[in-house]
Amino acid sequence: MLGRIHSTESFGTVDGPGTRFVIFFQGCPMRCQYCHNPDTWDVNGGTLRSAEDLLAEYDSCKEFYKGGGLTTTGGEPMLQIDFLTELYEKAKAKGIHTCLDTSGIVFNGDNPEFMKKLDRLLASTDLIMLDIKHIDNEEHKKLTGQPNTGILAFARYLSDKQIPVWIRHVIVPGITYEEKPLKRLGAFLAELHNIKALDVLPYHTMGKPKYDKLGMKYVLEGVPALTNQDAIRARDIILSAWRARKTYLNAKAEEEKKQ
Amino acid sequence: MREEWNGFVGGKWEKAIDVREFIQKNYTPYEGDSSFLCGPTEATKTLWAQVMDLTKQEREAGGVLDMDTKVVSTITSHGAGYLNKDLEKIVGFQTDKPFKRSMQPYGGIRMAMKACSDNGYEVDPEIVEFFTTHRKTHNAGVFDAYTKEMRVARTNHIITGLPDAYGRGRIIGDYRRVALYGVDRLIEDKEVQKDVCGTGTMLPDVIRNREEISEQIRALGELKKLAQIYGCDISKPARNVQEAIQATYFGYLAAVKEQNGAAMSLGRTSTFFDIYAERDLKNGTFTEEEIQEFIDHFVMKLRCVKFARTPEYNQIFAGDPVWVTESLGGMGVDGRTMVTKTSFRFLNTLNNLGAAPEPNMTVLWSTRLPIGWKKFCAEISIKTSSVQYENDDLMRPIHGDDYAIACCVSSMVVGKEMQCFGARANLAKCLLYAINGGIDEKTRVQVGPKYRPITSEYLDYDEVMDKFNDMMKWQAALYVNTLNIIHYMHDKYCYERLQMALHDRVVKRYFATGIAGLSIVADSLSAIKYAKVKVIRDETGLAVDYQIEGDFPKYGNNDDRVDEIAADIVTTFMNYVRSNYTYRDGIPTTSILTITSNVTYGKATGNTPDGRKAGQPFAPGANPLHGRDTHGAAASLASVAKIPFEDAQDGISNTFSIIPGALGKDDQVFAGDLDIDLTK
Repeated sequence: MLGRIHSTESFGTVDGPGTRFVIFFQGCPMRCQYCHNPDTWDVNGGTLRSAEDLLAEYDSCKEFYKGGGLTTTGGEPMLQIDFLTELYEKAKAKGIHTCLDTSGIVFNGDNPEFMKKLDRLLASTDLIMLDIKHIDNEEHKKLTGQPNTGILAFARYLSDKQIPVWIRHVIVPGITYEEKPLKRLGAFLAELHNIKALDVLPYHTMGKPKYDKLGMKYVLEGVPALTNQDAIRARDIILSAWRARKTYLNAKAEEEKKQ
Repeated sequence: MREEWNGFVGGKWEKAIDVREFIQKNYTPYEGDSSFLCGPTEATKTLWAQVMDLTKQEREAGGVLDMDTKVVSTITSHGAGYLNKDLEKIVGFQTDKPFKRSMQPYGGIRMAMKACSDNGYEVDPEIVEFFTTHRKTHNAGVFDAYTKEMRVARTNHIITGLPDAYGRGRIIGDYRRVALYGVDRLIEDKEVQKDVCGTGTMLPDVIRNREEISEQIRALGELKKLAQIYGCDISKPARNVQEAIQATYFGYLAAVKEQNGAAMSLGRTSTFFDIYAERDLKNGTFTEEEIQEFIDHFVMKLRCVKFARTPEYNQIFAGDPVWVTESLGGMGVDGRTMVTKTSFRFLNTLNNLGAAPEPNMTVLWSTRLPIGWKKFCAEISIKTSSVQYENDDLMRPIHGDDYAIACCVSSMVVGKEMQCFGARANLAKCLLYAINGGIDEKTRVQVGPKYRPITSEYLDYDEVMDKFNDMMKWQAALYVNTLNIIHYMHDKYCYERLQMALHDRVVKRYFATGIAGLSIVADSLSAIKYAKVKVIRDETGLAVDYQIEGDFPKYGNNDDRVDEIAADIVTTFMNYVRSNYTYRDGIPTTSILTITSNVTYGKATGNTPDGRKAGQPFAPGANPLHGRDTHGAAASLASVAKIPFEDAQDGISNTFSIIPGALGKDDQVFAGDLDIDLTK
């Protein structure tokens, strides 16, 4: 089987634990306004490559990946779920730590065939980095062109299956840097039981030159990059809402136990 | 056992000069963390503020605060100099006051004069007259012996940066010997060496050896006097850590008073000092704070070592570095780590005195280093960007566990091996000479041999390789012979007598050569092999530019197709170097480490077949050319790692810059390992 691959990065340090080999999959159904890889959107682009070929590239630098592993991102890797599963199963056979960076957009709980495939993929996935773009469905549609209902359902499904998840959330001034949705996000996360880390990503403008190069319009033109201080503030808002909700849920559970 | 050695485990080292054995029998590996360290004392803060103030004054004065123009620097040429005598725990400056640069004309009087005049000073005419008429210098000797071909090659930069007008440096005296044995014992040892040297026929080599040992003995006598100038007696072994550091520093100070070398490295002293520190802590002689203060003051002195240099020199070396390299840590051949508490104390000077390029703290890295040390190194690197790392696992099998780094990457066993530094050959230019039949692409002078040039419209890989091999053979021979002259004259007119006095009698000499432009050559040959390269010629038929049609694999992407070309070129060039006679049975080595001079070499080199334009900088060291590595750092490093160390034993460097954000998450923003504390 061949997969459509945009590119690889041999020294990924921000896409999962340790130093990682990062594979950028080609093709994505989302159109996030701040996407810094718009060149990965086209589902017909990229280079066709085999899992063996990619893992050979991994092996050629494997000395660097002790304590790290393989991360797939994109694009949306789950768009090529069959190929992704093959890649992960072969990676797991070699003892490689697998991490999937996904938006969760392809999740479809009503499709038994998809769910079967998903379960098989999850069996060889060590960690998922789930990027929740916006907690509010309407805002999510504006920001990405897609609803978030499936994504949140995916998050709950992963929680039920106890798959380790890191939550990623990009903070954009004027869009996601708002107290109310940040609090809602925190409260939502408190209901999940599998969250290992929260990765708050301050919006940066480094993706813009790519749009210029591709002759595409950059919707967030003029929006300034988020400062580190603001990112810390956003993180604290999410975490405090998370704690509050968790405390409430724990108390409620105690109460129910007593009765 | 001598009383100064009470408490030490004895051994062979008591009878013979053997610092390594002393270290191995006595040092205490440290596998803990940095929590025992102390901050700077008030005295340290006061003295350092004074140094910072002098640094500011020096900068405001245009880079030089004061220069000696009358007194030729020798080991004993100047009176004592201090920052603040009452506060300094380790004493000694190169001249009678801090920040006053000494005059060292033995390498070349013209260089010494220019170093002064460029900075607004004038060498005393009597000195000029003396070193022009009565006392020949290294530089004068070299130019007496150079052939016409060598001069032309030099001015056309096909061989370049040669130490023919300045001190070659790169020699590390085993300064620890001064502390462990005291100077009297070292003189005794040298007297014996002289007695057994050349009892038979007086061949030129024997005569030279005898004269050199006599010079070494004389230098050791002067070293004792240098200590006396500062009220110290180093004729006997050091009795505690303060004396050990002071004696070692006097050894080093004597070397930098005598030699303005291209790199004046310190060696591997921290674990040696630690043996004294441990004994003093145990006996209650000194506290941790006091020991840290000694190290701080020692490092402060090392930071104040300065030389008189010209702007051209500073351009080649990017500033006026001294390369006071101190090698830290590493593993012992018996499997114990060589990291001690004093290794931590050395790095801790970067906390106590702040970040600085000197001394060049070099961590000998092994995957097996203790985790506490690894963490501390990382912490100091993040904080100060002032730590250099070298692969101990690669060098230990060759040099054992008492080697040190001279300059940035040259490894040598302390006191047993030395290097004849040889700058570098411009291989990128050599490739252009192969295409143009030895005519320089910038000056149009026939520099190389008049081999047949390439006349085809498109470059053919086999033809180019064939001609390139011939041209490299010529270049290597000319280069080695030029260096033979340089080292002959350096030994004759600018001999490093004090540094060599701190070596064994029989010294292994590395005959170092170097390569510049490796990535350009690799990419050029790859372009010729895998794409089509069209030659643009001017009206005289000289190839002046190249057009590349199609894409080609580029060095730096972990692609064997081009990486193997790079590795092969290194082996080929090294073999050509090896096939020549080398001065004093020097063992030929080569390096790929043009860390600072890549810009200068780029200016002197025309358009190259890889698409690099005339004047554009070379990549530093063994780096891929800027922007050509597109698969991330690991792939880039993996390409460099394919270059065979056995054929580039003087070192392979890779300059690696990365923005902090690309090295991992900011720990303030990233809430990893979430352990939500519900009480907050």
